[in-house]
Amino acid sequence: MKRAVILNRRSWTLWMGLILLALVPVFTSLTGQSFYLDLVNRLMILAIAALSLNLILGHGGMISFGHAAYLGIGAYCVGIPAYYDVYSGWVHFPLAIGVSALFALLTGAICLRTTGVYFIMITMAFAQMMFFALVSIETYGGDDGLVIESRSAFDPWLNLEDNLTLYYVTFASLAVCLYLMHRMVQSRFGMVIEGAKGNERRMQAIGFNTYRYRLTSYIMSGAMCGFAGALLGNFTNFISPEMMDWMRSGELIFMVVLGGVGSWFGPVLGTAAFILLEEWLSGITIYWQLLFGAILILTVLFNRGGPLRGANKTRNRHA
Amino acid sequence: MHNLTTDVMLHVSELSKAFGALRATDAVSLEVRVAEIHAIIGPNGAGKTTLIAQLAGEVLPDSGRIEFLGRDITRLPPYTRSHLGLARSFQITSVFLDMTLLDNVALAVQAHQGHSYRFWKAARRDAALVQPAMDLLSQVGLAERAHRLASDVSHGEHRQLEIAMALATRPKLLLLDEPMAGMGTEESARMVDILQGLKGRTAMLLIEHDMDAVFALADRITVLVYGQVIASGLPDAIRADTSVRRAYLGEDMTAG
Repeated sequence: MKRAVILNRRSWTLWMGLILLALVPVFTSLTGQSFYLDLVNRLMILAIAALSLNLILGHGGMISFGHAAYLGIGAYCVGIPAYYDVYSGWVHFPLAIGVSALFALLTGAICLRTTGVYFIMITMAFAQMMFFALVSIETYGGDDGLVIESRSAFDPWLNLEDNLTLYYVTFASLAVCLYLMHRMVQSRFGMVIEGAKGNERRMQAIGFNTYRYRLTSYIMSGAMCGFAGALLGNFTNFISPEMMDWMRSGELIFMVVLGGVGSWFGPVLGTAAFILLEEWLSGITIYWQLLFGAILILTVLFNRGGPLRGANKTRNRHA
Repeated sequence: MHNLTTDVMLHVSELSKAFGALRATDAVSLEVRVAEIHAIIGPNGAGKTTLIAQLAGEVLPDSGRIEFLGRDITRLPPYTRSHLGLARSFQITSVFLDMTLLDNVALAVQAHQGHSYRFWKAARRDAALVQPAMDLLSQVGLAERAHRLASDVSHGEHRQLEIAMALATRPKLLLLDEPMAGMGTEESARMVDILQGLKGRTAMLLIEHDMDAVFALADRITVLVYGQVIASGLPDAIRADTSVRRAYLGEDMTAG
């Protein structure tokens, strides 16, 4: 009985959220405030990134402090081909996913041999290595970054040059990623990831090679974030190493924490809260980061499970 | 003689492990035979838990050899040993506290149904996992508790859950690290019943402080003191052994 009620409330929130997101372009075209279209588009792209981070951080207990690296990698996988006049989305997106997965495989294989604070530090170190590597490559703009002349084109169907097309592609991607995550978390694989977070020693004793499953989830998370990065590169029409700065990684962690670690669409709500707060506060005062910091601290102190903690706790209980 | 050796499931020879100057395991040799319950007793600090940890693969020995079903497993990781048929329970309860009892056992069942790179189908609605897990919970008397969170049940029930999870891996040999630790008399008696019921299905290596339980269950007993085996044999022989009496059992022996 109780379970049905909660599922209904959850799916009601979800559907309302999706309908709202789908209607944003209608609102902006009626009012002529295209600014909001951009804001929500960016929000949804970062929500996909936060969703991917939540797979390893929330469900797997792996606190990656270098997840922005994948946003950067994804964006450069659009920017660098574009620099050579390759504008096909059929190249950009598979490249973004592939390179991100490869980076996750190589770095994850090392990072996952550590735990706790060492894991946090080493994921951050790898991301910073990527950052400095791209700063040093002058061909692709180095520190200054690179303007993307033209966005990805999925000939003959789609061209992201149109803001509305990009918006709905992002929207559809977010919906698909949410659904994928929903299935995966409840699958056998999801159970293994969850179990390895709770008690790795016991997982090994009952016969799981936890390292391999963790690495797989790490790669999947990186690949999904790389995909978000390709969208981000298209959205900003610009790439720079700054996209993978460690502060960006910290922001992604905050989005996940705000929404409730390990909850299903918490990362989307967390990202929304983060982006909207940032927007609102920075309009009020130039010292907005001070206020923002205070709000973040209060959230963590008083709302540890995030706004969805009730729904999240119950998820483990149904059979 | 030859007949005896083919009966041996677990053959430990000259196993040693030191932590600094402390020789936690000192040239330990022992055997566990098919279908028997072999108890290891000894005072606190005798190295019993360190021994189990080496048998389970969590701690690697400095020297010596562990053979399981004729295979050298001395350096194999815990999960590989699990797939060979070696299961363990933990002295300090070690279950998945934020999962239900059913989830706990289902996860152990899942570990032995091939790989878990299955990303789509909901595990909690998978009859191939839920059915066997439910059966195992019934066997240890936890069926009505199946949907409770592991953090919500009693200590004694945790111990029973430990056994169900170990059994879910369909073990040939169960390593039981103080299954009665912290239990009341009634709970202990129930655990003895559960283990008695498993006798014959799987061999067991039992570490236990509760002497009533040890003498009720064990076919053979090995006595460990300061990491060394000081006696090994049938319960009656151990009970009569003077060096054992002196080193460990003292007056408690009459209780058995």
